[in-house]
This record gives sequence, C-alpha cells and structure tokens, in this order.
Amino acid sequence: MAPQGNPTVVVIGNGMVGYKFCEKLLAKSTAFNLVVFGEEPRVAYDRVHLSEYFGGKTADDLLMAPTQWYHDNGIVLHLGDAVQEIDRASQTVHARSGLVQPYDYLILATGSSAFVPDIPGVEKKGVMVYRTIEDLDEIKAYAATARSGAVLGGGLLGLEAAKALLDLGVEDAHVVEFAPRLMPRQIDAAGSAMLQSKLEALGLKIHLSKATSGIVGDGKIESLHFGDGSVLEVDMLVISAGIRPRDELAKLAGLEVGMRGGIVVNDEMQTSDSRIFAIGECALHSGMIYGLVAPGYDMAEVVVSQLLRGARAFTGYDMSSKLKLIGVDVASFGDPFIAEPHSRSIVFEDAHNGVYKRINISPDGKYLLGGVLIGDAEAYNMLLQTVNNKLVLPPHPEDLILGARGGEVDSGAGVMSLPDEALVCSCEAVTKGMICDAVTEQGITTVDAMKKCNKAGTGCGGCVPMVKDLINGTLTAQGAYIKNVLCEHFDYSRQELIDLLHINDIRSYGAALDRFGAGDGCEVCKPAVASILSGLWNELIVKQNVIQDTNDRYLANIQKGGSYSVMPRMAGGEVSPQQLMAIGRIAEKYNLYTKITGGQRIDMFGAHVSDLPDIWEELINEGFESGHAYGKSLRTVKSCVGSTWCRFGLHDSVSFAIELENRYKGIRSPHKMKSGVSGCVRECAEAQAKDFGVIATEKGWNLYVCGNGGAKPQHAQLLAADIDKETLIKYLDRFIMFYIKTADPLMRTATWLNKMDGGLAYLKNVIINDSLGICVDLEAEIELLIKNYHCEWKEVVENPELRKQFTHFVNAPKAKDPTMEFAEMRGQKMSKAW
Amino acid sequence: VCTIADVPADGGACALVEGEQVAIFNFARRGEWYATQNLCPHKQQMILARGMIGSTGAACEPKVACPYHKRTFSLLTGECLNGDECSIQTYPIKVENEVVYIGRA
Repeated sequence: MAPQGNPTVVVIGNGMVGYKFCEKLLAKSTAFNLVVFGEEPRVAYDRVHLSEYFGGKTADDLLMAPTQWYHDNGIVLHLGDAVQEIDRASQTVHARSGLVQPYDYLILATGSSAFVPDIPGVEKKGVMVYRTIEDLDEIKAYAATARSGAVLGGGLLGLEAAKALLDLGVEDAHVVEFAPRLMPRQIDAAGSAMLQSKLEALGLKIHLSKATSGIVGDGKIESLHFGDGSVLEVDMLVISAGIRPRDELAKLAGLEVGMRGGIVVNDEMQTSDSRIFAIGECALHSGMIYGLVAPGYDMAEVVVSQLLRGARAFTGYDMSSKLKLIGVDVASFGDPFIAEPHSRSIVFEDAHNGVYKRINISPDGKYLLGGVLIGDAEAYNMLLQTVNNKLVLPPHPEDLILGARGGEVDSGAGVMSLPDEALVCSCEAVTKGMICDAVTEQGITTVDAMKKCNKAGTGCGGCVPMVKDLINGTLTAQGAYIKNVLCEHFDYSRQELIDLLHINDIRSYGAALDRFGAGDGCEVCKPAVASILSGLWNELIVKQNVIQDTNDRYLANIQKGGSYSVMPRMAGGEVSPQQLMAIGRIAEKYNLYTKITGGQRIDMFGAHVSDLPDIWEELINEGFESGHAYGKSLRTVKSCVGSTWCRFGLHDSVSFAIELENRYKGIRSPHKMKSGVSGCVRECAEAQAKDFGVIATEKGWNLYVCGNGGAKPQHAQLLAADIDKETLIKYLDRFIMFYIKTADPLMRTATWLNKMDGGLAYLKNVIINDSLGICVDLEAEIELLIKNYHCEWKEVVENPELRKQFTHFVNAPKAKDPTMEFAEMRGQKMSKAW
Repeated sequence: VCTIADVPADGGACALVEGEQVAIFNFARRGEWYATQNLCPHKQQMILARGMIGSTGAACEPKVACPYHKRTFSLLTGECLNGDECSIQTYPIKVENEVVYIGRA
C-alpha cells in the first residue's frame, strides 16, 4: 500500500471506466491511496464485447485485468459491496457491509443500468435485461427452453442482444422498435432500411413503429401487445430500450443531477462538489450522456489530469462508431445526418450485395463532414480520420466510398499520409505518431505487440485494421534497409558481403563469420554465404558441405520420407536412345521412380542417401553429368525442336539451348534460374516465362529477361531484339553476373527487376550501354566461373573421402534408414504420405 | 559410438545407438558437441543430423534447423525455437580420446 499521508482516492464503481481510471492514474502517479468499491461480485470486465460471452469467451477472458492486478498495484478492492451513502461533510462513504471509508477525492463511476420502461407485465418471468454477465447467464438459462424471443429496442445494444438470441439457438427471434427505423440515433433512413433487409435475410424479424402496451401471460411472458392492437407471441423478452445513469447515490448526497438523470459535471468532470468527480455513463456533460466507452476513457484521463494539477478538460466527444452487428458492418462517423444546404451527400447503394454508403461533404467540396456505412465499413477508419483531421478531399471524393476506378489502387499509402497527431485509437488515445514510433524505435512488428506496448486497439478494437496498416506501412518505409541485412549474424546486405568477401579474398564461411559476422551463424546466412562464395570462386560446392542446405550438401533433392532424387543433365532436353536405356537400367536396378520433369529431363526419385554415389558412378560411366537440380543455379534451358525438324522453325533452337545450358551450368546464383529457347514466335519452349529466354526472329534472336512461372507468374521483358548469337551471349554473360552480384538471397530475377530503381530501362542501360562501366568486369568474372566448372558428382565419385559422407548412420555405413517406407502407385514406388 | 572424424566440423551425422537414431553435432566453432534425436517432430522425418547448426539471440543459444521446413530446435534444451509445441530429446554426449560417447537421456 502507498505510504500514509498520501491523499486517498475512492472510486465507486468497478466497470470499464472505473478500471481505466485506476490504470491511467497508476501510470502517472503512485502518490495516491486507491480504494475501489464494486457492487458486482467480479472485477471490471469488457462490456463492449459482452456478446462474445455467448460466442465461447469465458467471464475470465473478458476481464479488464485479473484480481491480482489490483493487489499488485496496491489498490484496496471491495467487491460485492455497494456504497450506500456519501457523507460529504465528513468526506466518508458508507458501504452496505458497514465499512466507513474516508476520502480526499471521490470518483463516481457508477455507470448506468438498463432502462426498463413502465409497461404493464414487465415483472413477469421471462422478461430480462441485457447488461451484465449475470444478466447474460439468466438469458442463457431461459433461452434453453425458449423457442421464440423478442428484443425490445432496435438500437445498438438491442441488435447485439438479438444476435445473442440467435447465437443461443432461439429459432424465432424478433426485434421490436418504437421508432420507424433501426438505430435511429446513428444511421439515416436509407441505411436503416439496408441494415433491416440484411438482418431479415439472416432470419431476424423486425417490427418498427411499435409501441408496446402490455406484456401478457400467466406468471410468465406469453405475448407482447402493441398500441396498434397487434400481438406477438414470444417465450421470452430482452429489454434493451436504452440506459439510465446510476445517479441515485449522487442525488442522495445532494449533488446536482439532470432532469432526465445523470450527474451534472463541468469540463473538468467535477460535480457540484469540487472534491467529487463523475465519469462514464453516469456523468451528464453539457446535457449529454455518453453511452460509449471511448468518451468514458477520455473522461477518466481528464480526472487523472485534474488530480495531478493538469489542465486537461473534456470538451465533448465524437460519437462515431463502427461495429459488426450479426455479421453486418455498421458504421457512422462525424455528422451522419447533416443535409442540404449545409452539406452535399454522395450516396452509393447496392441492394444486391446489401451495401449502403453515404458521405456528407462540405458545400465547397473540400471537407468530409460525416457519413454512414452499411454492409462494408472497410473505409471507416480512413473516413473518420479524414473528418477528424480536416483532410482536404481528393478531386473525386466519390472514390472514398467506391474505390479508385481504372488504374492502380493506391493501397496502404492512405494511412501513411495522415498527420502524426491523428488519433487512431480513440479508446486509448493513441495517435498515428505513437504507433509509428513504436515500430521504428521499439521494433514492434505485430498488432499483439502493439497492444502490449501502448494499448492501441485494446478498447473497442475498431482501429485494429488501421493499426495493422500503419505497422506494415512503417515497416515498408524502412523495409529497404531491414530486408537487406542477411540475418542476425551478418549486418550486411548480400551485395555488400559479396564485395567484402571478394576484396578480402575470403573463401570459407568460418573466415567470413570471424571477419564480418557475429555468433555462430544460422540456416539463413550459411547457404547465403555459400552461394556468394560459389558465385565468386566457383570452387567445388561439396567443400562447403556443412553450410549448404541438405540438397547442396548431398548433391540431390531431398524428398518426403528422407530419400533423394537424382537428375542428370540433359542439355536442351536432348537425349539419345542409349542414354534413355541407361537411365532405365539404372532406375530399375536401384528401384527408383522415374518422371519427366517440367524442364525437359528425367528425374529419378526414392534413392537412399548411401546409394547416391553408386548411382552416379554408373550414370557418369554412361556419359551423364550432374544436372544441378539441387542447386540454386541454372536448371535447364528448355527448347522446342527448332529448324532442324520443324517446318516453322527459323533457327536451330536446340543447338542454341544446349550451348547456353552448357555455358552456364553449375554456376551458383541467388536463386535458381530457368531458361528456354524457341525456334519461332510460336514459342513452344515458353521462353517468355523464364529468367532468361530466347526466341528466334527472321533477323536473329530476341533476348527476354526476368520472367517467372511459379506462384507469381510474370512475363519476361524484351532486353534486346534481332541480335546475333555472339551479342546475345555477351549480354547474357553481363546480365547473369549482374544478377548474381546485386540480388538479395533467394530473390528470383523477376522480383529483382521489380525492385530495381529505374526498372528495365536502367537494366538495359547497364547491360547494353555499359552505363556503370562494369561490363568488362562482369564478363571477366563470369568467364572465371565458367572456366572453373566441375561436375560435382564426378568429384565425389572419384574421391573416397567425399563418398564416405553419403551414409545415413556414421557407425553403420551400409545400413539404410529403417524408418524409410514407400508405397506403390501405378506400378511404381511412391513416398509415404506424412 | 563413432570417432570425431566421422562427424564433419560444424555439421552433424546420424548414429545408431541401441536401436535409436541419434543426431550428433560437432560444433567445432565453439568446441562443443551435442546429441539429439534424429527425428524432426514436425513431419516425423529422420533428418535432423543433416540440418544446419547455428546460434540465435544475444546468448548465442546453439540450434539446429530441420532441412525440410526449417523448424529450429535448441541443442541445449531441445525446445522448438519457432514457437511450436513440439520439442526434441537431447542426450548427454562426451568425447574421450577422439571417441564420441552418447549417454542415456
């Protein structure tokens, strides 16, 4: 407990706002003794998300903070003990338990109760209110036996309650509203109509303009009678006809209260007794009761400021809100009703999809004043910010609700253009600047972490999408730098490290880590450095074995179950009958599954690691060499049959494909590279879907670069047209080496080009016009790589020390992994599903 | 179970120990040895000995990454470092006169 002599602050009421007051005060000062009285048996819980109690959340899930929190913070907590009297003269409160507690400051956070209209029969069994967890338990228990039910009140809470009835399995659910439309205080008539039709489609029956005159039944409710003489038979009724401020204690103490309820407060939240403050739904400020949580939190902030001799005042609150009612988005912001001549409205109505949007703009078309969104409220946060920050509207304000049409949609940039002081989370008063700072200065990257950091998004949750956009937007703004660092062990980009290793003649991972890194490396930087070392020196890849991914370490592609696949090179997709027979014989001998791949060659699957050297010995004896399918390197140069056989072929695409494949084979690159050569414009080799592709023309060859198939297909772009073979190879040498030297790890050529400043024009300038003056170097460097080509498998087969590494058990080299199992499919073996 | 020459420096190898597959790691950079189960619990694959080892965090916690889907596990505790529930068994290991010995868990 805080030391004696500190002023004592007594809080009456332990709801959301009462709790928030304690939290805010503790965050600013510990120089107060805090005593809290709560009339409910449990500590403060989240009433905004009360309906989730029916959706599976427990009472504990909804707590604002566990009981322990109060103890940990030295708060004296009296639960289940209502204060019955305030003695202003002696500055004490008297609780039902007989406890007398003196105060220096008294905070009334007594909240509100459900307003129950004085309808005959309202006392009958089966008539309930929707307010507390206890109310919900009662509704739950009663609904178990009810077939039909009605909610009295078509406002925000009433519709929440109606959803609860549906969730509880009440088949026949009704909403009864006195006004001629739903949510009359928040949305306009057209919006209400749209909401109504959506809710009706979901099975709710809506009755408007109904004045309930009686609740009829024998002891328990059986029917509702209305002023127009009609009758609705129901088994239960939930009353949600508004709230009534809990001001009886204040009234008893002689504090000023409003005519229709509410404790009168000034801008400092002081009641007519300057030592007593009132906050939340019990407070009446400028004739207004605020039934939302965000203004309540703001009032709490004001009182904290007052106690600390600050100057914050409460000056009214924006009642904009967004919620999901039974799966339907409903939002209203700013002034939703303002009309001619003070405003002009733009309305979008799509009855087919149940979407209604209205924005009200100032007569000069410059500012957004307010609006209503039904069915699709994705734009809510941005629109609210546009109102609150008086952002000048774009020339076509209709784009705000329709989205930009024709041309690129500018996604994400919107939130980043807000001013730093824009209030994003109004419940917790978190601004855009605070969120962005948390990302840049505290390294926050997720919404969950942000909630812990500054509580943004922990109140009503409406701003969560915007918080997410701001996190991502801020990360993107920094992204160029973040993404370029290899990992926690190397504080350099791949490009920087290439230069460092090159200049310092570093040829091993250990030396690189000692010189330029920290720690012991990881599965990200090891293969990245391996790729760089290969790209620089092209020394035998097996020497780097422990820093390679398993595919490069065992020179084969690992498959499900721990077996490997074997893929010899078939440059250009050309294979002789003798080679085909050899593959057939070897595959049969080692019991391998065979398949023709997308790259025009034959893959053999299901090899045990210990069989790999024997299989390759036989393949090499038949004239094959490694196909480098396991490496981040050139895979295949696919070809069509070309002018040697095809009646349309212009040039010999097969020979050119073989020449290119053999030229660049084995060279390690940031990611795999695929290629193709087509003999005419019919493009049978699909060269325009490749990292580099060549198509024959009447006058020579066209060279395309940076295409991609895979998950995100992208057409290759024309780098040079109608060039001869020699020029094409020269350009390709430069292009490939430039890619090897400047791309990030595991970045395909398509992404590389997409991220390149200046794009294709820049690339053309570098490769064709030598704008950087590096082409001589690029050509020399790739020449070195080409010269240093080895068939990696030949080296292994001929080297007993290397062969020894191809075992499953070091202490039983001949034994195979006994857990490896295969199934059968269409007469061949198949890996077992995992 | 094997000699130190059987396990590549800064790499791993799998040994058969009383019918169990054990992954042995020669963390030569740190002069440390570790032993864990060879089975990656994520997809039940006998593979961890072929994973890359490294370290993470300010404390340089030693770890191994499964080659299949890059789940990483602490070599000290066996705990999965990617937030998954699964963890792996670690075994006591010692090296005497260039011979590697594995103890019972």
